[in-house]
Amino acid sequence: MKIAITSTGNSHDSTLDQRFGRCNFFVVYDTESKSTEFIPNPGLNAEEGAGPASVQLVASRNVNKIVSGEFGIKIKPLLDSLKIQMIVLKDSEKKISEIIEMLNH
Amino acid sequence: MSPRLKTLRKVLNPPIIKGFKPYGPEVGKNNTEPVFFLFEEYEALRLCDYDMFTHHQASEFMGVSRPTFTRIYASARQKIAKSMVEGRQITIEGGKVYFDSDWYKCEKCKSNFNNPEREKPITACPLCGSEEVKSIEIENAIDDKCVSETKNICFCPECGFEQNHPQGVPCKMQICPKCNISLHRKTTVIC
Ligand SMILES: [Zn+2]
Ligand SMILES: [Zn+2]
Repeated sequence: MKIAITSTGNSHDSTLDQRFGRCNFFVVYDTESKSTEFIPNPGLNAEEGAGPASVQLVASRNVNKIVSGEFGIKIKPLLDSLKIQMIVLKDSEKKISEIIEMLNH
Repeated sequence: MSPRLKTLRKVLNPPIIKGFKPYGPEVGKNNTEPVFFLFEEYEALRLCDYDMFTHHQASEFMGVSRPTFTRIYASARQKIAKSMVEGRQITIEGGKVYFDSDWYKCEKCKSNFNNPEREKPITACPLCGSEEVKSIEIENAIDDKCVSETKNICFCPECGFEQNHPQGVPCKMQICPKCNISLHRKTTVIC
């Protein structure tokens, strides 16, 4: 299974980005191969439509779940309709490595 | 290829029936084509005429603008009238909607998450695996840290008209210039 995590940077020591549409990086973690891929958010500097562009990006990677600090009201219905599970973690101190550890429970 | 994204309207609960059939001696003689009722039309009708919300509140629940809501609602009423007057069957079917999924919280890692697979119940936290998960009622979805703030603004629950709250005059004494109903004090929830 693939899980996307919004990240402030491109390393395992980076912290969870609290913004979904405007996060710096998406981490795609594969629970089977235990591999991680850091993808810069192409919508970061977009004037508008950053959220839907981010949804499209994670959907194209066949992600089943997304961990982030928040999902906007325009994002929730999109992810709901794509059956991608939203996991909201309001902890801006959490490191990507710690979240991956939690996912490996 | 990535899935196409559409503008969706929120429907809290799917209807429990698939439609209505008329009965009587004249049924089926002339007008045999059913009236197709969309989910969003059902939802608009439910919110306004069953749950008695204002159009303004209902449009917010459905995540659509006021004009869009008015159009959906008008279409719902028109279709019901048509089916009754012309003795047509009503078939409730699709439309641009999504069913808002249920939300849960994990007592252990404090995460909130939804259940996109409505059919399968949630038994464990998708993040930490703990079984201490609880369903969040929509009313309680706003967490404890949130405070509601009363603003110095009166608004019309019908059309959304706003004006500054005049000192010492109750909001209820203020009348909306468009709808001729009394205004309410505006409160917002800040988290
Ligand atoms: Zn948990
Ligand atoms: Zn008004």
